[in-house]
Amino acid sequence: MNVLEIKDLHVALSDGEGRPQTEIIKGLDFVLPKGEIHAIMGPNGTGKSTLTKVLAGHKDYIVTKGSILFLGEDLLSLDVEERARKGIFVAFQYPVEIPGVNNAYFLRTALNNIRKMRGEKELDPIDFMKLAKAELKSLKMDPSFLNRSLNEGFSGGEKKRNEILQLKLLNPILAILDETDSGLDIDALRIVAEGVNSYHTKENSVLMITHYQRLLDYIRPDVVHVMVNGQIVKSGNAELAVELEKTGYEKFAS
Amino acid sequence: MPFPADTQNKNVEIHEKLDREYEYGFVSNIETEVLPKGLNPDIIREISRRKNEPEFLLAWRLKAYEAWKKMKEPHWAHVSYPKIDYQAIRYFAAPKKKPQSLDEVDEEILETFNKLGIPLEEQKRLAGVAVDAVIDSVSVGTTFKEKLAEMGIIFCSFSEAVQDHPDLVEKYLGSVVPIKDNFFAALNSAVFSDGSFCYVPPGVHCPMELSTYFRINAAETGQFERTLLIADKGSYVSYLEGCTAPRRDENQLHAAVVELIAHEDAHIKYSTVQNWYPGDKEGRGGIFNFVTKRGLCEGKNSRISWTQVETGSAITWKYPSCILKGDYSRGEFYSVALTSHKQQADTGTKMIHLGKGTTSSIISKGISAKQGQNSYRGLVRIARKAEGARNYTQCDSLLIGHECGAHTFPYIEVKNQTAQVEHEATTSKISDEQLFYLRQRGLSEEDAVNMIVNGFCKEVFRELPMEFAVEAQKLLEISLEGTVG
Repeated sequence: MNVLEIKDLHVALSDGEGRPQTEIIKGLDFVLPKGEIHAIMGPNGTGKSTLTKVLAGHKDYIVTKGSILFLGEDLLSLDVEERARKGIFVAFQYPVEIPGVNNAYFLRTALNNIRKMRGEKELDPIDFMKLAKAELKSLKMDPSFLNRSLNEGFSGGEKKRNEILQLKLLNPILAILDETDSGLDIDALRIVAEGVNSYHTKENSVLMITHYQRLLDYIRPDVVHVMVNGQIVKSGNAELAVELEKTGYEKFAS
Repeated sequence: MPFPADTQNKNVEIHEKLDREYEYGFVSNIETEVLPKGLNPDIIREISRRKNEPEFLLAWRLKAYEAWKKMKEPHWAHVSYPKIDYQAIRYFAAPKKKPQSLDEVDEEILETFNKLGIPLEEQKRLAGVAVDAVIDSVSVGTTFKEKLAEMGIIFCSFSEAVQDHPDLVEKYLGSVVPIKDNFFAALNSAVFSDGSFCYVPPGVHCPMELSTYFRINAAETGQFERTLLIADKGSYVSYLEGCTAPRRDENQLHAAVVELIAHEDAHIKYSTVQNWYPGDKEGRGGIFNFVTKRGLCEGKNSRISWTQVETGSAITWKYPSCILKGDYSRGEFYSVALTSHKQQADTGTKMIHLGKGTTSSIISKGISAKQGQNSYRGLVRIARKAEGARNYTQCDSLLIGHECGAHTFPYIEVKNQTAQVEHEATTSKISDEQLFYLRQRGLSEEDAVNMIVNGFCKEVFRELPMEFAVEAQKLLEISLEGTVG
């Protein structure tokens, strides 16, 4: 079973009125089988983050051609929240700050929303706190995190950890990590990577978007793809990432 | 055909929700007794006669009427509305049967209050809130009266207070808002038909929240109620006020006056959830809410806190204020004002620092959606003798969509060099990225908006008593339905 099947995907930036402007993704093919970890690497401005946004359903990006199947189902007809409820999670590169919204309240609302979808019992605040505190501990986060406003005044590293905390709590089918390693020191990187590894199972898949090979030392991918100019130009095993680190993306750019 | 990553059919759904009706828009079939439309000394005499008022009160009303005749309707507020014909308004409407006790209250009235979610009968038994219900400016029932009386607390309709405690009424009525204070206050003074009255004796901590629900029912009728609340030395009282009205195509005028007096060491907490009918989405109908609310911190160390959540009315014009006369007295103003569709609000506060070491803080949260116009207008005045006075003002506006407006008009007058005045203001929009983030976590767009708005209002909501905070949150959610998309 494939979690993701992308065929001949073309994506353009919207002009704000829903009309396509500049094309960013230009005929991308990609398959992610269930339970695997894939990494997409590539230089700046090649459409990696655009792919993340398209998978999540951001309205600024318009699919002009091609298809995306999620567990065999057409993804493009679904709203942002429907995709999330079906099990797509994006750990964002720059999580937004939402002043005044209590982190614990937000996390519990999000979790209960998804539990309801799965036909599971909603958690009351006490059960939720037990669960959240255990996850916080594994991510070496202070419990005071839960009482702060969502991402407000968080350092870059704290925001990334908060994303992984959400990943662990919501336990989606597919985790998309958008430049999760950026802005993290080595210790934080290790903790975040451990979080992702403990999330990953035979049922759960991971798609990593990154510039650097660094993250792949901690989260071992099954397949590495090289994305250049809106297309995947080469795929290989983890060794490909090491090679890229030496040679750069230049030779794929032609 | 190109298709956006986000589907469009949500818009249709949201527009359907937009048409959701004002929940409290029903009209109750209560027999009312009314006086003819229009205003003249005879009408005032008739109101006074029907209410069996003492001579001083009639004289006071007539004096107010004479003053009002010479005054002009104010137009400095940042609102616009059609001209009001004061002779086309009915100044008195009252439920016909005058109940002697709660058990005799008209079934229909009780039904009305049940629809509003205030089961008076229940209130009688359940501990918690003592309710005075005012329908078309006439008080129809006060719960918990006897229990409060044992502690010396007087909580009754204004009419009853006139009969049973005329000395207190005469002493305090108009002492904070004089009859000539402004056009609408003068009008209210001339024609007010009822309202709530409360007196808390020295040293008494009122053990329950006192509450009044105001309801306009009759057509073409203005609502002019009067609230007078006195907290004697060292006492404490928390008072809640809620308002609703039926849907009607014409505008209805609501011109209330609220006067609070806090003596030495007394603390009054006054909370309002205002949900008068806002008019339809085209701007037809709705209540003109022109209200004068003012508190006098008369004694040393006294404190008055205003908390308001304003979601209703076509036009809101109100500035709950504090006169900080007693040394070291404190005034607080916490406000959430939401305007959606064609609603307009010009609201804020006045903090008048007269005494030494007086402090005040103002937290104002304005939310504008659709074509709503929201203005904060505030005055902080530090008088010459207000040595060491301090004020902190925080004034935040949140915009939803791109057709609405937020405006801030702060006035600061400082006549004492030792004073400290701080003013902070922000304007923000609910960003697409915030919505996207929350929706990516599985929240619906509406839940996401509500979550962001609630976060924005948090500092004010936490000042509200628990049940009111929940109600206020729900009210905001209803008012915001369909404003994004």
